[in-house]
Amino acid sequence: MLKILKYVAAAIAACVPAGAAFAAWELNMPVGVTELSREIHGLHMMVLWVCVLIAVVVFAVIIYSIIAFRRSKHPVPATFDHSTKVEVIWTVIPIAILVGMAIPAAETLIKIEDMRDSELTVKVTGYQWQWHYDYLDEGVSFFSRLDRDSDAARQLNSGIDPNTIDNYLLEVDNRFVVPVDTKVRVLLTSSDVAHAWWVPEFGMKKDAYPGFVNEIWFRADKPGVYRGQCAELCGYDHAFMPVVVEVKSKEEFSAWLQAQQANGTEAAQVADSQADNAAEAAVARAE
Amino acid sequence: MSTVQTHAGHADTHHDHDHHGPAKGLRRWLFATNHKDIGTMYLVFSLTMFFVGGTMAMIIRAELFQPGLQLVDPMFFNSMTTMHALVMIFGAVMPAFVGLANWMIPLQIGAPDMALPRMNNLSFWILPFAFLLLLSTLFVEGGAPASGWTMYPPLSLQTGNAFPMSIFAIHLMGASSIMGAINVIVTIMNMRAPGMTLLKMPLFTWSWLITAYLIIAVMPVLAGAVTMLLTDHFFGTTFFSAAGGGDPVMYQHIFWFFGHPEVYIMILPAFGIVSEIIPTFSRKRLFGYDAMVYAIASIAFLSFIVWAHHMFTVGMPLAGQMFFMLATMLIAVPTGVKVFNWTATMYKGSLTFEPPMLFAISFLFMFSIGGFSGLMLAIVPADFQYHDSYFVVAHFHYVLVPGAVFAIMAAAYFWLPKWTGHMYNQKLAKAHFWLSTIFVNVLFFPQHFLGLAGMPRRIPDYNTQFADWNMVSSIGAFGFGLSQLIFLYIVWQCARGGVKATDKVWDGGMPHGLEWTLSSPPPYHSFEVAPEVK
Repeated sequence: MLKILKYVAAAIAACVPAGAAFAAWELNMPVGVTELSREIHGLHMMVLWVCVLIAVVVFAVIIYSIIAFRRSKHPVPATFDHSTKVEVIWTVIPIAILVGMAIPAAETLIKIEDMRDSELTVKVTGYQWQWHYDYLDEGVSFFSRLDRDSDAARQLNSGIDPNTIDNYLLEVDNRFVVPVDTKVRVLLTSSDVAHAWWVPEFGMKKDAYPGFVNEIWFRADKPGVYRGQCAELCGYDHAFMPVVVEVKSKEEFSAWLQAQQANGTEAAQVADSQADNAAEAAVARAE
Repeated sequence: MSTVQTHAGHADTHHDHDHHGPAKGLRRWLFATNHKDIGTMYLVFSLTMFFVGGTMAMIIRAELFQPGLQLVDPMFFNSMTTMHALVMIFGAVMPAFVGLANWMIPLQIGAPDMALPRMNNLSFWILPFAFLLLLSTLFVEGGAPASGWTMYPPLSLQTGNAFPMSIFAIHLMGASSIMGAINVIVTIMNMRAPGMTLLKMPLFTWSWLITAYLIIAVMPVLAGAVTMLLTDHFFGTTFFSAAGGGDPVMYQHIFWFFGHPEVYIMILPAFGIVSEIIPTFSRKRLFGYDAMVYAIASIAFLSFIVWAHHMFTVGMPLAGQMFFMLATMLIAVPTGVKVFNWTATMYKGSLTFEPPMLFAISFLFMFSIGGFSGLMLAIVPADFQYHDSYFVVAHFHYVLVPGAVFAIMAAAYFWLPKWTGHMYNQKLAKAHFWLSTIFVNVLFFPQHFLGLAGMPRRIPDYNTQFADWNMVSSIGAFGFGLSQLIFLYIVWQCARGGVKATDKVWDGGMPHGLEWTLSSPPPYHSFEVAPEVK
C-alpha cells in the first residue's frame, strides 16, 4: 500500500519542478542524525510493516469474501456462527505479535530515559512565542525567535509568497548551537503556558511546563542545521516559534562559545530587550 | 388571544391522547415524551451540528490550502479547530448515537417506550441551549475558545469572555449525556420483553448498555476538571498552577481519564451498528456473538487504564510510560477480535451491497486503518515523533469519520425506511457512498505523511515542504464536505415520501430482531403488548 503510494507520489513529484518537489511530497519519518532517532525510525518501520502485513491478510479475506461470496456467485449462505478454535487462534496470535513489538520498544524507551553522563546541559525555556536557551555553567544565554523574513511573509495577506523565503517559518534569529558527537541534555521549562520542543531529526519531543523541569537528551553525529517547531498549542503564534539547532564540530563549537562569552553581557542585554519587546507585543495582541 | 390558543392546544392534546397519537404542531416536539419523536429530534440536531462543525472544518482546510495566511488570523483559526472538535464530538457524534438509541433500543428489546420519558425530553432540550451558548462565544469579546477542545491550562486560562460560557455549555452537555445514559440503562434493565435475556439482545443494544456505563463513569470527571479550571480562573485556586502548589499536568491526567473512555463512547455504538448490518446483508448469523459482547466489555474496561497514552510527552516516569504502552497495546486484541468476527461473518455468506452494507464494509476497512495507526501511536518511543503531529490528526479522524460517522450513516440508511415508512433513493445513496469513501481518503490519508514529515497539528500556516499534501488534503475536504449535501437531500426526500417500505424493509436480506416485526413506520407506542422472544 505504502509502496504503491510512494510510486504514485514519485510519479507526481517527477512532474513538479525538481529540488523542492522531493521534500514536498515526503511520505515518511526522517531517519535522523542521532542513535535514538535511528532506533525510533526502526521501531516505526517495524510496526508499520507488521501492520501492513496484517492489513494485507485481513483485507484480502474481506475482498475475497466480497467477490467470491456475493449473492450472484454464492446464493446459499453457510450457517456456521462460531468456532472456538479459530477464535482462540486469533486472540493468541495478536498477543504474541504485540509482545514481539513491546520488547524492542521497551529497550529503546529505557535508552531514551537514561540521562546519565551528559557532557553539555542547556536549559530551554518556552515563552509565548519564542525559545530561550541558557548554556548552564557557560554563562551564555539568548532568545531565539522567528526570523524577520518569515515573520513579514506570515502576516495575514502579506502579499509575500512563502515560496520566496528560505526555510519559511523554520528559521530563527539566533540558532541553538551544539557540538557534534556530544551528549547534550536539554532541561525544558516554560515561563507561561505549555510548549513542546521538537526536532524530528533528533527523534525527540517533550513538553515544557511552567514551574516544572523536563529533560531529554540527544547526541547528533552529523554537523548540520536541524529544524523543528513548537508542538504543543500555545496560543496565537503557536505556529511561529521554530526550533533551529545548528550542530557544529567540537572546535567550531568552542570558538562559537568563546565568542558568545566575550560579548556575553552585551548579547544578553540585547536579547533581554528583545524579549521585553516581544512580551509587550504579545500583551498588546492578546488585548 | 393566547388563552384561546392554549385552550385549543389542550383540547388537541386531550383528543390525541385518546387515540394514542402525537400532539399537533410545536407541542409534539416541545413536550415530546415519545422515544421516536425524541430520537428524531436528536438525529436532526446531530445532522445540523454535523454541518455546523463541517463548515468550521472547511474554514480550517481553506486556510491550510496553501502556505501563508490568506483567510483568517491565527486566533480565529485556533477557535475553529477548538470549536470544530467540540461541536463534532458533543454536538454531532454523541447526539447521533443517543438519537439512534432512543429510536432503536425500545424497538429492539420489545418495549413500548424508554423507561424515563420526561427525563428523555429534558436531556434533549438541554442540548440546543448548550450549543447556542457555545456557538455564541464566536461573537463575544476575546473570541471563541481557542485552546483546543482539551482546554489544557495554563493556555485555556487565557481565554476571554468565552471561558465561563464554554465551561457552562460543557456542564450542560454532560448533564444531558448522563441523563441519556441513565435512561438507556434503566430501559434495558427493566423493559425487555419476556424471554429477551441479556445474551439474546441485539449487539446495538448491548454496545449502548456498555457505552451508557462509560458515560456515567466519566462525564462527572470532565465536569470536575472544567470546574477546577473555573475556580482557578475566578476564585483564586491553584489546582493547575505550580505557583500555588498545583500542577498543569494533573489537569491532563484528569481530562484524559474522561477523554479516553469518551473516545470509546463514540465508537462502541458504531461497533453495534456494524454488527447489525453485516449479518443482515451477508444473510448469515453474526460470527461469535458472545465473543463480540465480551470484546466490547473488555475494550470498555481497558479504556479506563490507558488514558496517559495521550500524554506520553509530559515527562512521566519510565514505569508509567511502560505500563500505559503495554495496556494500550492490549486494546488491539479485543479490537482485532471484532474485526476478525465481522470478516468471518461475511466469509461464506451470500452478500449484497445495499447502501448500509457499503458503509459498513467501508467502516471495516478504514476503522482498521485507524486501528493500525493507533497501535503505532502506542509505541512510546515512536510516539515521541508522532505526538501532536498531523499523524495523530489522521489517526483519530480515521476512527471518527470513516469510523463513527460512517457507522452513523450506515445506521441511517439501514433504519431510515423503518422510521419513515418510505424507501429512500438507493442510487443516490450509493453515489453518496462512493464520493464519501473516495474523498475521505484523499482528505485524511495524506495527513499521515504530513505528520511523519514533521508538521505539527493545530497550526494555521506551515513550511512550504508541507504545501503539496496539504493541498491534496484540502481538495479531499471540500469534496467530502460537498458530498454530504447529498445525504441531506436523501434524508429530506425520504422523510417527505416515496415508495412504501415493507415491515421487514430488507426482504431480500436477513434482517433479524424485533424492530422488523413492527410496521414501517412503527406504531406510536411501539410494542403495546410485549412480544414473545423464543
